[in-house]
Amino acid sequence: MKFLAGSWVGDWLTGLGRIAALAVEATVSLLTLKVSWRDLLYQIYFIGIKSQSVVIITGGFTGMVLGVSAYIQFHKIKMDTATLAVVGVSMCDELGPVLTALMVAGRVGAAIAAEIGTMRVTEQIDALRTLATHPVDYLVVPRLLASTLALPLLTIESITIGIGASYLVGVYLLGIDPVYSWYNMLKYTGNIDLIFGLIKAFVYGGIIALIGCYKGMSCSVGAQGVGRATTEAVVYSSITILITNFFLTLILQRVATMGL
Amino acid sequence: MIEVRQLSKAFGAQKVLADVNLRIESGESVAIIGRSGGGKSVLLKHIIALLQPDAGDVLIDGESIVRMNERQLLRIREKFGMVFQGAALFDSMSVAENVAFPLVRKKKKYTAGEIEKRVAQALEMVDLPGTQKKNPAELSGGMRKRVGLARAIVYEPQILLYDEPTTGLDPIVSDSIDKLIIRVRDHFKVTSVVVTHDMRSARRVGNRVLMLHEKKIYANAAPEEFFASQDPIVRQFIDGVADPQEAIF
Ligand SMILES: Nc1ncnc2c1ncn2[C@@H]1O[C@H](COP(=O)(O)OP(=O)(O)OP(=O)(O)O)[C@@H](O)[C@H]1O
Ligand SMILES: [Mg+2]
Repeated sequence: MKFLAGSWVGDWLTGLGRIAALAVEATVSLLTLKVSWRDLLYQIYFIGIKSQSVVIITGGFTGMVLGVSAYIQFHKIKMDTATLAVVGVSMCDELGPVLTALMVAGRVGAAIAAEIGTMRVTEQIDALRTLATHPVDYLVVPRLLASTLALPLLTIESITIGIGASYLVGVYLLGIDPVYSWYNMLKYTGNIDLIFGLIKAFVYGGIIALIGCYKGMSCSVGAQGVGRATTEAVVYSSITILITNFFLTLILQRVATMGL
Repeated sequence: MIEVRQLSKAFGAQKVLADVNLRIESGESVAIIGRSGGGKSVLLKHIIALLQPDAGDVLIDGESIVRMNERQLLRIREKFGMVFQGAALFDSMSVAENVAFPLVRKKKKYTAGEIEKRVAQALEMVDLPGTQKKNPAELSGGMRKRVGLARAIVYEPQILLYDEPTTGLDPIVSDSIDKLIIRVRDHFKVTSVVVTHDMRSARRVGNRVLMLHEKKIYANAAPEEFFASQDPIVRQFIDGVADPQEAIF
């Protein structure tokens, strides 16, 4: 293993190991300790408020553009009313959870890393420790919990807005028949699609909070350190979300076909 | 009782502490002096296990804290209060919330009224009455430091570590902080470790003065003896003379 030390592969593996350790520590703390509801609600509120603008814009415009391009293809074969079905399935399965998570990573992941990183360089985390408070209990657990709860909610919001926006564009701009396309959408978008989307959102919420907290807590000293931690939190969580999405889709499809 | 045995610490290639030994009895009050960058804060952080040594051992009441994990340390740290050199106030909280923090987090529950009363008392003690509603960002450096002090004494710990509690304060407030440290020491029978650059304060608050020099404890004596010392290095430090080659002109 010696040759790995100092190389980026080594750094990457160490980072992965530490994040896994952080996840374990946070889970243990979650299961054994009382969570402060006040902190948790505050964090959910904070994540929700911070993400509103990006979630609305991402959901709305993604739904609309998806509707338009699906319509252009379907129109050629006179299947205009299938448009919303495609929008529904792809918003629930992929675009809703992934795009929401990427946007939230940029806002909330960055904010978490910056806040905890600043606390670290100004010795506030050391102060917490001297006051007999475990930083994971006090800082990581509420954020992790809030993020895993808030992301599914935000994802539902973005799916709803996406479908709504594409309905409006389809019906009023492109002239699709509203009743049939709505019927087709409900027919082809199953509960399972929504469940997939929510499971994914839950996982990405965890990824965003864990990487944000980890980058903040391992931030190097100085204002530069905080800046770097923030950028890295966004970059790493976005990449991790995209990679995880592929494997999660595979796994969920497998489970679904086996289960049904 | 605090015992440090053969403690060594390096950051990368830079050795900061080498084979430091010291022993502080319960109820004793010790001043640690030494040059800036000499490793005083690093030593203090080892005593409360914020840093892990490269070699050596730290014992608190006979229990080694070096190989404990963060969760086991919580129990040990309940005995401690620490005043940070840079105050380290939680900047997302008001002054009152900062000072109340250790009380709120304690297993023993206090009522809201009790907490409020204790916070007011602690702020009174550090000469900052009525600042409860302020934000740390609105305070001057010296005021922040005193809030940090209030936060450390509010829950009456058995061991108090002060990292330069009077640096950057005016002489009158410094004097009152020294008196406060002495009062807390005598009143609650706490063990105090005070890192300081202020010779007057070292003379007053310590039953014993330790001098950190060249990565080691160079001198360890009662204040009268220490300040009467004829050792050139100690003398130079007490009188505050720079080496000729360090002179600017
Ligand atoms: N976390 C750290 N990482 C790397 N080096 C450090 C770290 N903490 C302290 N040092 C180094 O250790 C040395 C001792 O630092 P320390 O803060 O203990 O000095 P000090 O005696 O408290 O000085 P001062 O009186 O100025 O506060 C310094 O050279 C510093 O650069
Ligand atoms: Mg220092």
